[in-house]
Amino acid sequence: MSDSGSCHGAAPQTVSRKEGHYVALVGPPNAGKSTLFNRLTGLRQKVANFPGVTVEHHVGRVKDSTGRELFVVDLPGIYSMTPRSEDEQVTYDVLTGAKESLGLPDGIILILDSTNLQRHLVLAAPVLALGLPTLVVLNMADDLEARGGKVDPSALAREIGAPVALISAASGQGVERVVQFLQGTGARPVVPQPRVELPVLPNLPARRRWAGRVGLQAGYTPPAPPEWTRRLDRIFLHPVLGPLIFLVVVLAVFQGIFTGAQPMMDGVESLIGWSGERLGNLLPEGILRSLLVEGVWGGVGSVVVFLPQILLLFLFIGILEDSGYLARAAVIADRTMSRVGLQGKAFIPLLSAYACAVPAIMATRTIENKRDRLATVLIAPFMTCSARLPVYTLLIAAFVPNTPIVGQLLGLQAAVLLGLYLLGFAAAVGTALLLRSTVLRHAKTTFVMELPAYRRPSLRSLLLRLIDRAVIFLKRAGTVILLVTVLLWVLAHLPYKDGKAPPIEESIAGQIGRAVEPAIQPLGFNWKIGIGLITSLAAREVIVGTLGTIYGIENAEQDSPPLIESLRKDLTPGGAFALMIFFAFAMQCFSTVAIVRRELGSWAWPAAQFAYMGLLAYFGALATNQLWLHFR
Amino acid sequence: MQLSFKNGAAQTLAQLPTGSQAYLERLDLPEEMSQRLMELGFLPGTSVVAAGSAPGGDPRIFRVDGSEIALRRDTACRLYISAEPIPDLDQI
Ligand SMILES: Nc1nc2c(ncn2[C@@H]2O[C@H](COP(=O)(O)OP(=O)(O)OP(=O)(O)O)[C@@H](O)[C@H]2O)c(=O)[nH]1
Ligand SMILES: [Mg+2]
Repeated sequence: MSDSGSCHGAAPQTVSRKEGHYVALVGPPNAGKSTLFNRLTGLRQKVANFPGVTVEHHVGRVKDSTGRELFVVDLPGIYSMTPRSEDEQVTYDVLTGAKESLGLPDGIILILDSTNLQRHLVLAAPVLALGLPTLVVLNMADDLEARGGKVDPSALAREIGAPVALISAASGQGVERVVQFLQGTGARPVVPQPRVELPVLPNLPARRRWAGRVGLQAGYTPPAPPEWTRRLDRIFLHPVLGPLIFLVVVLAVFQGIFTGAQPMMDGVESLIGWSGERLGNLLPEGILRSLLVEGVWGGVGSVVVFLPQILLLFLFIGILEDSGYLARAAVIADRTMSRVGLQGKAFIPLLSAYACAVPAIMATRTIENKRDRLATVLIAPFMTCSARLPVYTLLIAAFVPNTPIVGQLLGLQAAVLLGLYLLGFAAAVGTALLLRSTVLRHAKTTFVMELPAYRRPSLRSLLLRLIDRAVIFLKRAGTVILLVTVLLWVLAHLPYKDGKAPPIEESIAGQIGRAVEPAIQPLGFNWKIGIGLITSLAAREVIVGTLGTIYGIENAEQDSPPLIESLRKDLTPGGAFALMIFFAFAMQCFSTVAIVRRELGSWAWPAAQFAYMGLLAYFGALATNQLWLHFR
Repeated sequence: MQLSFKNGAAQTLAQLPTGSQAYLERLDLPEEMSQRLMELGFLPGTSVVAAGSAPGGDPRIFRVDGSEIALRRDTACRLYISAEPIPDLDQI
């Protein structure tokens, strides 16, 4: 599986290979394998500037000039042929033919970073020793040249007995050589490769010496050190400035989610309102109009409004990932993480869990230590994923006044949102501590992390990411949310009595809501919220759509007021805050449950996790509402 | 800047002051960990520069074999260094 989680998996990411030859993309982490894969296949696998982005295999199709189909497989990065983490295991299995659905590759493209050629060449020895037709690609030619480095690809080819191409996967320079190689693959059976007998290299030091010698023969001049990276690190890793800058940036983003995205949100909102009204006027009064206007427009529309905010969040995460700052953030976070029994590397999946827990849980594959990985998987769903954002911002907009706290920089609403994010983080940390002192005791962690050079995030790749994100979000609105909304609308109109729909409290949906009401009343929730809690088991943001539909049906007689106003009438502030706390803790996401089951290989973990998070959510919300009742 | 040794006591990477350079002598770590570090460039004989650290001083960042690697102090203190190139390993 590669795309089953509903919130990851953008536009086309992979194709499935049935028959035909395939070439594996192999190389050290962050060498540009996925960039080349995307260029060759036209797909959009995730590319980012830190080691360990790709954690599973992805298949893509390339058509050659004769129309023959050939497959290219993107793989996780490896440092050697000794796998130490789950992602490296994937690559190892493919290269040794242990992956049954693929079989042994018909050829290999070995991608090395030309700006650090001699160390990367160490991997060439064991890969060439596999005896498969191999093209050695020296990537990042643009960077090498800009920093005054040099290499002679044909001299290198002579030394290692395999074709060598110097390319820039990012700009496309030299990629035709790769295409030529692909066209040759499979045309002949297996090309008997090494014309040059490679020396037997028993161990790493010997391999490194060999790589040094070969590099020298190939006229390799290493590039000048990345001056910009050093300068930036002096700022970002500065004892005082570093954390300060981080804090300011984070505050700015949270404020931006409220003030920056507001005009766009208002725009989307009025567009949806206007089109809904238009549609209403076009259709005759009756069931269809009610379904479309109150059900679909009221339900799906109220979720779609949050698109600008979500894109803003993704823009921020994208800049962090593409620039190379994320690896530094992991280093900065390591000390704190080690106190709770985790390591800095866990910070990367945890940060990506702010977008969505599904890819984050997959990203834990890069963590070598099994216990570290398990702990990270178990706490990842506490991180505030983007599906919680619509719920939070809706409730905050309805119940928190926008009083400025620090002038224009920070308002009360943004501060509450930040507080909820911190709460999720605190719950993750607390759970990690709990795990360390119970089931995962004595886990000693280590941390080793390669820091890539900073790169300027390309506007094109950021834009493509946002487009992919928007597509995913809208797709979800058009499928899961639409489906739940329509189902809810139907249940809210049955059973028909005297040819009329019953009042919503007496409909099937209303009865279900009222059945759970006694259990959630102490939390400050009424039966409508109860329905929302149930529907949001499909996905968190569904509750927004559900409330949109319910209030829409309730107020069908009048001009329906905005969702925010209906909420204000329907919930007490205590209930509203309890609801936010509930969403901060509960594991209401079926995709997450499914991915945890897949990655950990048993139902026991996700079941325990679901129960633990659910109890925390229930009692957290209960405490919040009771406190409010007590002190109001 | 060259590192000066205090009367023969074994020195480790953890003690290498930021901005200084030394040669790696040996790794005193479990097999798996030392293999990983060697793959990243920490091979005996290699020149290592202490490049900086996270704001709290741990982990520290080292420049080795063309890249920058962050290590925790408790790992760095198991990597022994010497101020002089190591005779039969200096081909690297
Ligand atoms: N300057 C330059 N940057 C490149 C080039 N190719 C890739 N990059 C950048 O290098 C970084 C890593 O690229 P990826 O394609 O994600 O690398 P990968 O090998 O797939 O990495 P993993 O999946 O982590 O193993 C990204 O920031 C790319 O934008 C290139 O030719 N020139
Ligand atoms: Mg990749």
